Amino acid sequence: MQTPKEVLIDPIFNNNPIALQVLGVCSALAVTVNMSTTLVMCAAVTFVTTMSNVLVSAVRNRLPSSIRIIVQMTLIASLVIVVDQILQAVAYDISKSLSVFVGLIITNCIVMGRAEAFAMQNGPWLSALDGFGNALGYSVVLIAVALVREPLGSGTLLGYEILPRVADGGFYYPNGLMLLAPSAFFIIGLFIWAIRSWKPDQVEEPTYQIAPNMQYREAM
Amino acid sequence: MLEHYLGLFIRAVFIENMALTFFLGMCTFIAISKKISTAIGLGVAVTVVLTITVPVNNLIYNYLLRDGALAWAGFPEIDLSFLGLLSYIGVIAAMVQILEMFLDRFVPRLYNALGVFLPLITVNCAIMGASLFMMERDYTFIESTVFGLGAGVGWALAIAALAGVREKLQYSDVPEGLRGLGITFISVGLISMCFMSFGGIDI
Repeated sequence: MQTPKEVLIDPIFNNNPIALQVLGVCSALAVTVNMSTTLVMCAAVTFVTTMSNVLVSAVRNRLPSSIRIIVQMTLIASLVIVVDQILQAVAYDISKSLSVFVGLIITNCIVMGRAEAFAMQNGPWLSALDGFGNALGYSVVLIAVALVREPLGSGTLLGYEILPRVADGGFYYPNGLMLLAPSAFFIIGLFIWAIRSWKPDQVEEPTYQIAPNMQYREAM
Repeated sequence: MLEHYLGLFIRAVFIENMALTFFLGMCTFIAISKKISTAIGLGVAVTVVLTITVPVNNLIYNYLLRDGALAWAGFPEIDLSFLGLLSYIGVIAAMVQILEMFLDRFVPRLYNALGVFLPLITVNCAIMGASLFMMERDYTFIESTVFGLGAGVGWALAIAALAGVREKLQYSDVPEGLRGLGITFISVGLISMCFMSFGGIDI
C-alpha cells in the first residue's frame, strides 16, 4: 500500500506519465510553443485529471464493468466541457490559440489511464492525490519543453523579451525550428535521456544484445 | 471541383499530417509501432474509423448542434454546440463498437487481424482531433469525408514509417538512457522534419 505522500510525489520524476508511462504525449507537444498557453493547458489538465479521478473513484463500486469505459468517458467529457466553457468566457484569446487541444483532453491518455488504473481501485482522497500528482508530472515536462522552445524560438518568455532579437536591434537570431513540430520531439527525447541518466533504474532493457566478438584473435 | 477535393486529400495526408504536425494519436503511435505488420493493421483500422466518424459527426454538428441547426424541428434559436465534445466521443465509441460487431459477423478475417486495436481506437486522439478540426474549419459533408480519409491515410503512413525505422533500430547500439522511448522520440522528430519538406506544396 502506498502512502499518500508517495502517491503524490512519485509520478513527478520516478513514474512520470510522459517520460515513463508514455501517456498524454499528444497535447504535450502541440501547446508548448509559448509559455502562457502551456500554463493554461497544465491548469486545465490538472483540474480534469484530479476531478475525474475523484468522480470515477466515488462511483467505482456501483459501476458494472461492462459499461465502465463509457461512464468514465461521459464523466471526463462533462468536466472538459466545463473547462472549455470557462476558458471561452474568461480567456478567449488563449482558448482560441489552444484550438482543438482543450477538447482533446478527453482523449488524453493520462486522464483515462489514471481513472482506469488507479481510481477504480482506490478511495476518492488517494485518487485525488494520484490525479494531482500525475498532472504535476505532466506539467513539469510541458513547462520544461516550453522553457526551451519559447526563448530559443522567439526570444521571449511569457511575452517578456529575454533574448533581444536581431530584428529589434538585439544580438539573438531566433531559431525558427524551435517553433515547428520536430523540435518538440527532440526536446522530449533529450528530456527523457536526462531523467534516465539521473535515475538509471528507468533505462529499458535492450531487445537484442550484440554478441561479443569471439574471434578477436583472428582480427589481430 | 475535383481538384479541390484532391488538394484537400493531399494536404491531409502529407502537409498537415495528423501524427507528425499536430501530434495527434501519439500515445498509440509510440506504443504500437514496434512491428511493421501490427502498425499497418492499426493504420488500416484508424483509416476506416476516421472515414466513417468524421462525416457522421459532420451531419450531427450541422443538423443537430450548431447555432440555429434545429430550425428544421421548429427551434431556430437553440444553440447546442457546447454538447459537441460529449456527442462526438459518444459517436466515436458507438461507431467503433458497431464496426467491431460488423467485422466480427461479416469479415472475420480482418476482425482477427485487427484484434485488440479496434477498442483502443476509441481513445485515439487522432479520431477526436479530426472531428474537432472538421468543426473548426467548417467542412461540408463531402469535404469532411475526404478529410477523414486523408487524415487516416496520413496517420497510417506515418506509423508504418516509424515502425520500419524502429525495427531496424533494435539492432543498433543506442546510449543507455536513450534506449527505447528516448530514441523513438528523436526518430519521430526526424521523420516529422522529412514531412515538413512537403510544406511548400500548394494545390
